[in-house]
Formats: sequence, structure tokens, C-alpha cells
Amino acid sequence: MHLPTLLFILALLCVFSFWIGKRRALIIADGKHCNLHSLPGYYGYYASLWCAIPALVVLVFWTGFESSIITTLVSRELPVALQSLPSDRLNLVINDIQNLVSGNIVSGEIDPAMRAAADHYQHLQQISQAALTVVVLALAVLGLLLAYRQIHQAQRARNWVERVIMFFLISSSSIAVFTTIGIVLSVLFEAIRFFQAVPISDFLLGLKWSPQMAIREDQVGSSGVFGAIPLFAGTMLISFIAMLVAAPIGLMAAIYLSEYASKKMRNITKPLLEILAGIPTVVYGFFAALAVAPFIRDSGEWIGLDVSSESALAAGLVMGVMIIPFVSSLSDDVINAVPQAMRDGSYALGATHSETIRQVIIPAALPGIVGGMLLAVSRAIGETMIVVMAAGLSANLTANPLQAVTTVTVQMVTLLVGDQEFDSPKTLAAFALGLMLFVTTLVLNVIALYVVRKYREQYE
Amino acid sequence: MNNGAKIKPGSTMERVNANLAKRYAKERRFRRMGLAAIVISLMFLGLLFGSIISKGYGAFWQTYIQLEIHFEPEDMDLHGNRSLEVLSAVDYGGLVKRTLREMFPKVKKRKEKRKLYGVVSNGAAFQLREMVMNHPDLIGRTVQVWVPADDDVDMLIKGHIDRHKPESERRVKDQQIAWVDELQRVGKIEKRFNTTFFTAGDSREPELAGIHGALMGSIFTLLITLGLSFPMGVAAAIYLEEFAPTNRFTDFIEININNLAAVPSIVFGLLGLAVFINFFGLPRSIPLVGGLVLTLMTLPTIIIASRAALKSVPPSIREAALGIGASRMQTVFHHVLPQALPGMLTGAIIGMAQALGETAPLLMIGMVAFIVDIPANMMDPATALPVQIYLWADSPERAFMERTSAAIMVLLAFLISMNMLAVLLRKKFEKRW
Repeated sequence: MHLPTLLFILALLCVFSFWIGKRRALIIADGKHCNLHSLPGYYGYYASLWCAIPALVVLVFWTGFESSIITTLVSRELPVALQSLPSDRLNLVINDIQNLVSGNIVSGEIDPAMRAAADHYQHLQQISQAALTVVVLALAVLGLLLAYRQIHQAQRARNWVERVIMFFLISSSSIAVFTTIGIVLSVLFEAIRFFQAVPISDFLLGLKWSPQMAIREDQVGSSGVFGAIPLFAGTMLISFIAMLVAAPIGLMAAIYLSEYASKKMRNITKPLLEILAGIPTVVYGFFAALAVAPFIRDSGEWIGLDVSSESALAAGLVMGVMIIPFVSSLSDDVINAVPQAMRDGSYALGATHSETIRQVIIPAALPGIVGGMLLAVSRAIGETMIVVMAAGLSANLTANPLQAVTTVTVQMVTLLVGDQEFDSPKTLAAFALGLMLFVTTLVLNVIALYVVRKYREQYE
Repeated sequence: MNNGAKIKPGSTMERVNANLAKRYAKERRFRRMGLAAIVISLMFLGLLFGSIISKGYGAFWQTYIQLEIHFEPEDMDLHGNRSLEVLSAVDYGGLVKRTLREMFPKVKKRKEKRKLYGVVSNGAAFQLREMVMNHPDLIGRTVQVWVPADDDVDMLIKGHIDRHKPESERRVKDQQIAWVDELQRVGKIEKRFNTTFFTAGDSREPELAGIHGALMGSIFTLLITLGLSFPMGVAAAIYLEEFAPTNRFTDFIEININNLAAVPSIVFGLLGLAVFINFFGLPRSIPLVGGLVLTLMTLPTIIIASRAALKSVPPSIREAALGIGASRMQTVFHHVLPQALPGMLTGAIIGMAQALGETAPLLMIGMVAFIVDIPANMMDPATALPVQIYLWADSPERAFMERTSAAIMVLLAFLISMNMLAVLLRKKFEKRW
């Protein structure tokens, strides 16, 4: 039976269990709620949880391990000649068998042994499917029967159901922790493998980045040099330009909106800035590559400057525009959190509006603003699509914003998009870069969140 | 306030007055700077929309050429047997070419012929085949068929190709321009609404490329994201806001959520690559993996929004429910959650909008392949709309630039309507306690 059908039947069984459980409870209690420990519905939930959970657990594990177990069984049946192949060749053969089963195009000739193996595979798959259906449905019915027999008047069905719900709530909130652990482990392990091939000092201090690996031993000019300094420098340069655009504009916009603008203007402008924040980065990237970069190149030519068509300036400028709403909304929050009493005090002393803002509000809000800026920097460093589309690929070590530079994220994308072996240092380098990126943004975020939180506590 | 006559020389008042004009000027300058900042940001917004709309609106129209096709059985090598297999194997490209030669009988040289064939899209042959397969009774008749023009001709008609440039710098040659002008004169060229753009998958030919495949990929991905991240996000928010004791573990969870919200999206792509593809062995390029990755990415957004929604429900509601004997779980699920649900939904919609526009993590898990087929379920290889934009943006053809902009317009339309829905929802259900 197909998976969706099976799930549908299971869902029907659950609804049925709910009804049965509720009915059973009412029958036991002679139709009076007060004779029961919990409301009748809880007995229904009790029955339907017993029906669903064991069946679903088995279903998940079964589908998770099905293909690997079948593959092992099939490869054990393969002719000895095939079994003695090195593991990567054997994988290819197994891959071909799986392709044969699913009716895809197979690489190379189909020999009878493989055809037989494919038939065997298909046979096992059918058996497994049938067995899965039987086992799951049997478990569901069994669970229902068990729950049905357990229902009695003093049974604490509500507490039991609530415990199950609580378990679900707690496990959902731990997903965040597991995600972090997953990120750290996956990036760290691959990065360690990379550092076994390339010394960590070469990576962190090297001045040359050229990740092309030689495919043959005698190839010229592709030795693979992994010095990440040019990437860090390029990332810094572009982020710096972006912040140069975003910090003053975002901050001034926030000040104007929260201190000067009329309510009507605020109501119009804020949603417009939110649109700017909601535009996908790939759109900004397209805008940078097709409108801003040529414009900067042409105007550079006009005043006699040699500007690369993938200049850091174009990418940084557009990235700055992307970050403006981010900076302005964070600063807006912070400025609004400054107590009105401080403003009133300043006005009472005869300060003008702008003097109040510059000498009272900004100093009071400074920790929060700095925190917001740090978050914006971390955003700029991690931004990918704008730089992939508008910045270059050549790793130049330069501080000239008119030249092409490359960034950490651009290199991660170029190293991992396309078909590569998973073990070559070239691919693993992307994970090492990812580790650097993760650590940098993590540190920035932790500092920023700490600063912002400290600041909030001051006025609350 | 200040009567100039009464002020004594050397008094504080005089010193204040002396600076007053300067201070007011400073005030005006500061104010103008603030206004300028807003104007600059909005100008960029206008510039972005303007440049994309002006480049992309043309893609919603496509140039078609009218051909008079004779479905002659002899020309189609049909001898008696007209099963579907035979019909599908007919050389329809040849039929198109023959028709073109009949329309311009003066073209004799091989090179010129090839130029002539280039006026019509490769897709014309497929279109004819589909027509014949669906209606075999067309054979033997003469039919007027509108077929898509080649993308270069399309660009010429739309005025994006400069006719005055030297021939060698143009993608459309002089002769082709003459033919196109001739066709235009007799009314056999026409711009029509480009339905292909909304019904086709990706293609190497701009005139045959569409966003349907990418759109389906995005929809499948988002369905998984919504189905997983909304229940889990709400559950996590309920636990953290309503039940969690203040201890190290809860603090740790909170720090993690806040950090994850600021982790670059590309890092989630690395996680997906290492965990779902390499460790669990799921295939690359499928919406299922994309959905899982985007779930992890949007979860913090939804949790944070849901917590804010729960926080805004006043404690009196909880106390009243507890007071009449509800359990804590009943209080939350029967009384607090329904009040907080609109806020949570708003957060979920904003999270989904974020997921819809996300590109970088999908590149990492391989949803960036050239896929012609329209995905039918969550296990079929697919791309997503933003990835399709990225792919097309890389193509050199002018016509693809137009289609990229058009795809961006579709994407932005989705995003803006999602955000508007969120705002409306907030407006409608927002309660001031």
C-alpha cells in the first residue's frame, strides 16, 4: 500500500478510536460525567494516542531503514565477482540496480546478473511494503484494543494526555538546540577533515586563494592554494561599504520617523520601508548586477576611473540598501524605548529638538544602537545572493572598492554548487569557510544581544 | 518671548539670542538630513521597482508568427498506419521548415535557409506534434497556426535590438529583419499574452521557458515548511512562554533561538547538505530537503512571533480559567491559544514570506539544477522561484533578462500579497486589552 493511503487509513482509525474511547468512558460512567475522573473527550484522546503513536513510530523507523536494509540484502546475493569490487565501484553497481528498479536510465550495459538483482530488489521492496502495511495497521488496532480495555472510571486520562502533549511541547522547543548542535557538528567535522589536508595556519594566514585542484598529477597551475585572507578582506570591504551606506541612512531615517514625522507620514513610510526589508536578496542581486554595477562602471569611465564591472562598490552599495530597513527598525525600537522624561528634561533646559536628539537621546540609546549595528554587520557578512550575483570570483587582496573582490559566501557557493567529490579539499574548504562564518556571526550576535539586553534592562 | 529692547548687554539672554539663529539653522539642517535619509531609501525602492518593471513587463507578451501548415499525409511520411507512435515520430520540424520555404520561395541558398528557419522557435515543432496527437483528424487539412517566434525576433519586435548597428554586432541579421518586416506588413506577426511563461517549465530557449516548474517547486517546499514549522514553532513558544521553569536549560534554549534567528541562511544550507543529504542519504534537489532546511531556518522567526502573541494575552484570562478549575494545559489550549492565534498566524505568514524568497540554502542542497519537467510531488527534483531567477539572471540572452524581471515581478507579487494578508490579519484581530 502506498504511504499516503496508509497514513490516511491511520488517520481514519485515530478518529474512530477517539469516538470509541469517548463512548466507552460514557458507558462505564452510566452516561454521567461526574462519575469519571476526566472529561469523556480525554478518554477519546487517550485511545486515539494509543492507536497512533506506536504505529507512527514503527512507520518512521521502517521507512527510514527500509532502503539500506534491502540494499544490504541484495548486495549479499550478488555474484562473487561483483561483491569483491572495491566499495566505490560496488556503490555504482547498486546505484544502477536502484535505477533499474525505479525505471531510470542506467549507466552502461544491463547484464543478467544485475537484472536478476533488480528483480530481487523489487521483490524485497514489495514484501517490505506489504509487511509494513500489516504491521502498522495491526499495531494501530492493538493499541486501540489496549486503550479500550484500560479505560475505567478512576483512570486519570487527562493527566496522561497532558503528559504526552507536554512531551511534544518540550521536544519542539529543543529543536532549536538540536539545530545548533547539528550546525556545529556538521560544519566542524568537515572542517577538521579539511584541516587535516591543509594546515590551519595556511588557511587562516595564507594570502593566496586558488581552490582548483589538479585532476591529474601532471596538470599545471592547479595545485589548490587555500589562503583565506583575501576572502576575509573582501568580505570586510563589502560589509564596510554596506555599513557606510546603511548606518547613517538607517539611523537618520529612524530618528526622523520616531522624532519628527507626523503620524500620517509614519503610517505611510514605515510599511514602505518594510517592503524594502521584505524584498528577497536574489532580487537585490539582480538589481546590483544589472542596474547598479553598469551604472557605476559607466560613471567611473566618464570621470576617467578604471572600474571593474563586478566592483565591490556596487555589491556593497546594494547590500547597504538592503540593510537600511534592518538598521532603521532596530534603532527605531531603541529610540522609542528612551523614556519621555529625558526628552522633557532636555526641552525644559531650552535645548532645541535636534540638540535633544544628539545630546540626550542618542547617548542614552547608544548601547542599543551599537548592538543593532553589530547585528547589521553580522547580516552583511553572511549575506550571500547579492555578492554571488554582483561581486566577482577572483580573490584579489585589495582595499580599492572599484576592483572586483570575492567573499566567503561567494566561495562557499562556487565550491559547493555543481558535482564534486565529497572528499576533495576543494569541497571541504567550503565547510571550513562555513565554520569561520558561523563563528564570526555567532560572536557578533552574542555581543549584540548581550548589549541590547543590558540596555533594555536599564530603562525597564 | 524676547523683546530685544529690554535685554541688558552681556546678560545670558543676549548670549543665547546671539546663537539662536545658528541653532535654529542647525535644527533645520538636522531635520532635512533625516528627511533626506527617508527620501533616499524610498528612492532606492522606486528605482528597484522601476528598473525591474520596465525591464520585465515585456515578458508577459510574446511574439507569434502565423504559419499556414498543410498536414499532407505524404509530406508527413504517413502510409496507412496512423497509431499514436507513428504520429509522434513524424518530422514536424521538417513540416515547419517546408512551410517557411513556401512562404519565402526566393530563399534558395543553404545558409539563407538556415537563417529563415531561425525566425521561428524550435518549439513550433512540438506545438504541431501536440496538435496532431490530440486531433488526428487534422491530417490532410490546411490549418493556420500561430507559433512562437524565436527569442531574437521577439526582441526585435519589442524594440530591444538596435536596427542601426552594424550587422555583425546584431543577433538578428539584415535578411531576417527584412522577412520579419514582410511578415509584419501582411499581418502574420502578432504579440499575444505569453501563456507559456506561466505553464511551462524551464528551457534553454527563452520563448519556451516558463516559471510553472519553479513555482510548483516553491509551493511543495513551502507546504513542507509550513506543515512542520508552524506546529513546532507554536508548541515551542507555548512551552517557553507558559510552562518552562526558569532554569539553565530554558535559558540555553532561549539563547539558541535568538542566535539561530541571526545565523546566515547559507549556514543552514551547509547543515542540510551535511545532515539530510550526506547523513540521512536523501536525494539532492528535492523539495522535501528544501522544506526541511527552510523549516529549521524559519522556526526561530515563528517562535519569536508566537511568544510575542502569547505575551500580549493578559494574565487575567489565565487566572480566570485557573480559578474555575481548569488545568494549566486546559487554560493554555482552551483560553490563551485562541486569543494568541491571529498573532501567531501573522508571524507564520511573515516566516513563510521569508522562506519563499530564500535562495542561498537551496543552492547548497542542489535545488539549482536545470530541470525541465514540472515536479509532481515532494520527491521530484525541482527548483524554486528565487533559484530560477538566479539561474536565468546568469543567462546571456536579452530575452532571459526580460523573463528574469518578469519572474521577479511574480515573486514580489506573491510576497507583497502575503505581507498584506499578514497586516490585514493583524488589523482585524488585534485586540487592545
